Amino acid sequence: MSQPGLWETLRGIIWRDLLLAIRRRSDVAISVLFLVIVASLFPLGVGPEPAVLRTIAAGVLWVAALLACLLSLGRVFTADYLDGVLEQMLLIAQPLPVLVAGKVFAHWVVSGLPVVLLSPLLGLQFGLEGEALGMLVLSLLLGTPTLSMIGSIGAALVLGVRGSGLLVALLVLPLYVPVLIFGAGAVTSSMAGIGGEANLSLLGACLVVSVFFAPWATASALRIALE
Amino acid sequence: MLQAVSLSCRRGDRRLFSGVNVTVQPGTVLAVVGENGSGKTSFLRMLCNLLAPEEGVVLWHGVDIRRLKELYYAQLTYIGHLNGIKDDLTAMENLLLTGALTGDRPSDTSVRDALEAVGLKQRIHHLPTRVLSQGQKRRVALARLWLSTHPLWLLDEPFTSLDQAATALVTERLRSHLQGGGLAVVVTHHEVALPSEMVQRLRLDG
Repeated sequence: MSQPGLWETLRGIIWRDLLLAIRRRSDVAISVLFLVIVASLFPLGVGPEPAVLRTIAAGVLWVAALLACLLSLGRVFTADYLDGVLEQMLLIAQPLPVLVAGKVFAHWVVSGLPVVLLSPLLGLQFGLEGEALGMLVLSLLLGTPTLSMIGSIGAALVLGVRGSGLLVALLVLPLYVPVLIFGAGAVTSSMAGIGGEANLSLLGACLVVSVFFAPWATASALRIALE
Repeated sequence: MLQAVSLSCRRGDRRLFSGVNVTVQPGTVLAVVGENGSGKTSFLRMLCNLLAPEEGVVLWHGVDIRRLKELYYAQLTYIGHLNGIKDDLTAMENLLLTGALTGDRPSDTSVRDALEAVGLKQRIHHLPTRVLSQGQKRRVALARLWLSTHPLWLLDEPFTSLDQAATALVTERLRSHLQGGGLAVVVTHHEVALPSEMVQRLRLDG
């Protein structure tokens, strides 16, 4: 017997989660539909005035993306916890934080990436165009993985706790605030003509910090949850 | 060689067991028995390093498993009271994916053979496990034993939900594992039908 390499194990974890997402397409569709519906309700409520819609676009689309991500957090570990797969994962002969990072990446592909891909369409609905639209896509591309990373810590902390859906929102939403500010700020700055590069840099910094720290925090929370 | 030294366990305010000393030698199985709630599963989880003991230490070849971590995990196959299989995947997919993660790296043929060895006919191999009965799901989980190349098996109630024929198959697989120099710890309410020199018993009284 030879032990699988780290990359091989990581690929296995990601492939399994993606395969499960393909089998349970309705779960994925729910958070995407939620995003589309929330983003579509605002123009109906605020009115069709293009100037007003353009002003609120960045904030509304970022909050909708954030809530869609929050909605999908329950999928990261709960099913694995209930069917015993998480227990097995803790006994794989590879560092747990790396396996966690693989699961979070798969979660982002399934729930964050569709948000990024849909965002130009939703942006057009709010009258965004050109550079602002590109900035929205870029900011979500940098920001949504951070949301998944931070969210995974909350999802692991509330594993097996009654009312975990509400609890994870209370835990995670305050931690999402910097990402929301920098993400929406990047689009707003771009629309104001001062460029959103500074905000993008800060989003990138958030991503780097979360990639380095969140998997370790999540792994510790998982070990505690399974004791 | 697996050793539990002065293991104690407390869940909440209740002490489940204390001062448990036991050594499992290659070629033997430790059958852990006791009433419901006596701490059998907690004991097994301590041997896996899933649960930290209140006191005491678990040694693998004389080294604390908490120091060995991944090196120790590379030596064990654990099947808990939950099957650890995904309902949306087929039996084949479950075993192939799990095997790739645990280092057993089974081929399609060996997975098919393992499923047949545990009594699951070929038409079942490609069905999502959600449509299988409890007994069939347990068989899928236990088919991992036919693919396992690890020396230490830790099994929590492996015979639950199994009929007599499947129980005999699993017992026979356990026997061949022990004859090959492996060792095992089995938490069970059932009698392990192996020769007495292969079986040592640990009763937890709770």
